[in-house]
Amino acid sequence: MRVGLFVTCLADLMRPSIGLAALKLLEQTGCEVVVPSTQTCCGQPGYNAGERGAAQALARKLVAEFSDCDYVVVPSGSCSGMIKTHYAELLADIPDIKAKAEWLAARTWELTDFLVNVAGLDDIDARFDGTVTYHDSCAGLREMGVKSQPRELLSKVAGLTIREMEGAEQCCGFGGTFAVKYGDISARLADLKCEDVEKTSADALVLGDLGCMLNIEGKLRRRGNSHTKVLHVAEVLAGMTGDEIE
Amino acid sequence: MEITSARFKKVASQKLADPKVQAALANAKGRFVVARARAIKDLDNFEEIRQAAADVRDHCLANLDQYLEEWERKATAAGTIVHWVESAAEMTRVVLEIARSNEVRKVIKSKSMLGEETGMNEYLERGGIDVRETDLGEYIIQQANEHPSHIIAPATHKSKDDIADLFAQKHQRPRLDDITKLTHEAREILRPHFLDADMGITGANFLVAETGSTMIVTNEGNGRMTTTMPRVHVAISSIEKCIPTLEDVSLIMRLLARSATGQSISNYISMTTGPRRQGDSDGPEQFHVIIVDIGRTRVLGSDLRPALRCIRCGACMNHCPVYQNIGGHAYGWVYPGPIGSVLTPAYVGLEKALDLPNAATMCNQCGVACPVKIPLPDLMRKLREKQTQLKLSPASQRAGMGAWAWLASRPFLYGLATKVAVRLGKLAGGKESMLHRLPFAGREWTRGRDLPAPRGRTFREIYAARKKN
Ligand code: SF4
Repeated sequence: MRVGLFVTCLADLMRPSIGLAALKLLEQTGCEVVVPSTQTCCGQPGYNAGERGAAQALARKLVAEFSDCDYVVVPSGSCSGMIKTHYAELLADIPDIKAKAEWLAARTWELTDFLVNVAGLDDIDARFDGTVTYHDSCAGLREMGVKSQPRELLSKVAGLTIREMEGAEQCCGFGGTFAVKYGDISARLADLKCEDVEKTSADALVLGDLGCMLNIEGKLRRRGNSHTKVLHVAEVLAGMTGDEIE
Repeated sequence: MEITSARFKKVASQKLADPKVQAALANAKGRFVVARARAIKDLDNFEEIRQAAADVRDHCLANLDQYLEEWERKATAAGTIVHWVESAAEMTRVVLEIARSNEVRKVIKSKSMLGEETGMNEYLERGGIDVRETDLGEYIIQQANEHPSHIIAPATHKSKDDIADLFAQKHQRPRLDDITKLTHEAREILRPHFLDADMGITGANFLVAETGSTMIVTNEGNGRMTTTMPRVHVAISSIEKCIPTLEDVSLIMRLLARSATGQSISNYISMTTGPRRQGDSDGPEQFHVIIVDIGRTRVLGSDLRPALRCIRCGACMNHCPVYQNIGGHAYGWVYPGPIGSVLTPAYVGLEKALDLPNAATMCNQCGVACPVKIPLPDLMRKLREKQTQLKLSPASQRAGMGAWAWLASRPFLYGLATKVAVRLGKLAGGKESMLHRLPFAGREWTRGRDLPAPRGRTFREIYAARKKN
């Protein structure tokens, strides 16, 4: 089973530990993991900004890069959702690519979904002493059906307790370019999310999408909260929750 | 109605900063969402019903000409006078003509979004006709001289205190602060108007083709009084409201009230088929139905067609995180929230509502709540694409996205550029690893929050270094 890891541009740039953690988890499943070295961005920023041409160029590139994989696994609900639910439509007017895009879409998985439902990862070799609360990212939840998978895996981490927040499924207000076009609205939504997180008094907020992470962590710190950790689910499952990145 | 969507951003920020509006919105926020969630649990096959309803609506739209003709035949046979009009101006003119030729002085009105769209009340009033809104929410809005902020709960942006003050001032009576008492007072004031109105105007939730009826769905008795008490009844409806059969109506009615208010069924469903017949105990002497287009055929022939499936339940706005926090007025026209962000540009012109399709996080909380499965975020994205094609999107955005795609298509250059960028970013983040102030577009981000800084190395370079060893 040849599994291609698409790290996402955001993790590549902002938080490489997510990519490293995902790599470690996939290797633990015993799959053959490949990380195409030319990978960059899935095209979602352009797609959602109405820049179809820009998005198509990047989508075509990704489809070619992963064409020899049995699975594409992504540590992000939003970027896996882009490939799985939007590539076919985005590339519909380019006939020779369309079929390949559909083929790839059918093989694309969000990381925790893949670990639970394809790889059947049972043993989680990680420890986290504390309480965590999980934020469901919009695309992960509503495009990829990610809800129980991360919780199931997290419950196997030694020392970890999950405490659900109210409104876990409510949007945090990131929305890509939305956050820099409608900053006031976006920041308000992030604020409400922080309130829900803080009400749980969890030691850490755990989630599966870096966009939400940057938004919520940025808001927590601006509110003066320096104690609630913000972690990607892959980092927790791989036992990579420290500041070290290698 | 005047279109103020161009001021979206400014008004949204004002609403966010207005404690009174925020209190009223916070009060309303959970209510609809919780009620709907509870109500759909009663149906064990909710998703199947949703799909069936979406299919019915699609079928109606695909065969609209045929069903409208059938509706007209049946309606005319029942004695209804049918008028077809294309524009808002034409519609209001026809209504005024009907009123004038029947020597109407006072009109009672039940809720109609089409009435808002066409500015009908103002037009009739300018024509010397006294128009009274009789739905409680609409009555409040009319007294306050405002516009609705929600399609089924028009006064949802107002608190009980606002309404108590308003009534005390307008009714010239002692201030009440109990909701039931306020409602009774409004009812008392409205009662004589029901009795001496010459004409009733209603909208139509649906036109039923097989019976030639118009149908309204309400929770207050006012709708039924409006359709039966005055001697002339005028119903206004746009073409896409046509539904083939009563069977289809009953399917959709399983979803409408549940999605809207969380009721299993609304308090009233009133069907009107022609004027009063011999032997009927009530009903108008004349029944006119005005069927309008106002941009619908244009949308029907475009890739935005799924938006015409809308049954006006309001669930998309109730579930929208943006609407929940800014309310409906910022959207600047008749239909707020996600459906408004599609319909407003579609009906009044893309260039008049540039913000609306962009002011959404694409979270799809609307799409999963919509009882007829309108893919609202996808339709907003289509509008964003149109803005790009017509060069209506900001030039900086087009240039920025183009540059990003150019760079990200060139892995070697991308690698170099990102290496430099993440090192600079790490430096700027300092000891706390947090960016507090960003330049350019980033300013909008850091006005309200920080941004965690990059870690100084990219995944790609760490991975490449590892592979070498
Ligand atoms: S778009 Fe859907 S959810 Fe919104 S008002 Fe129309 S039917 Fe209801």
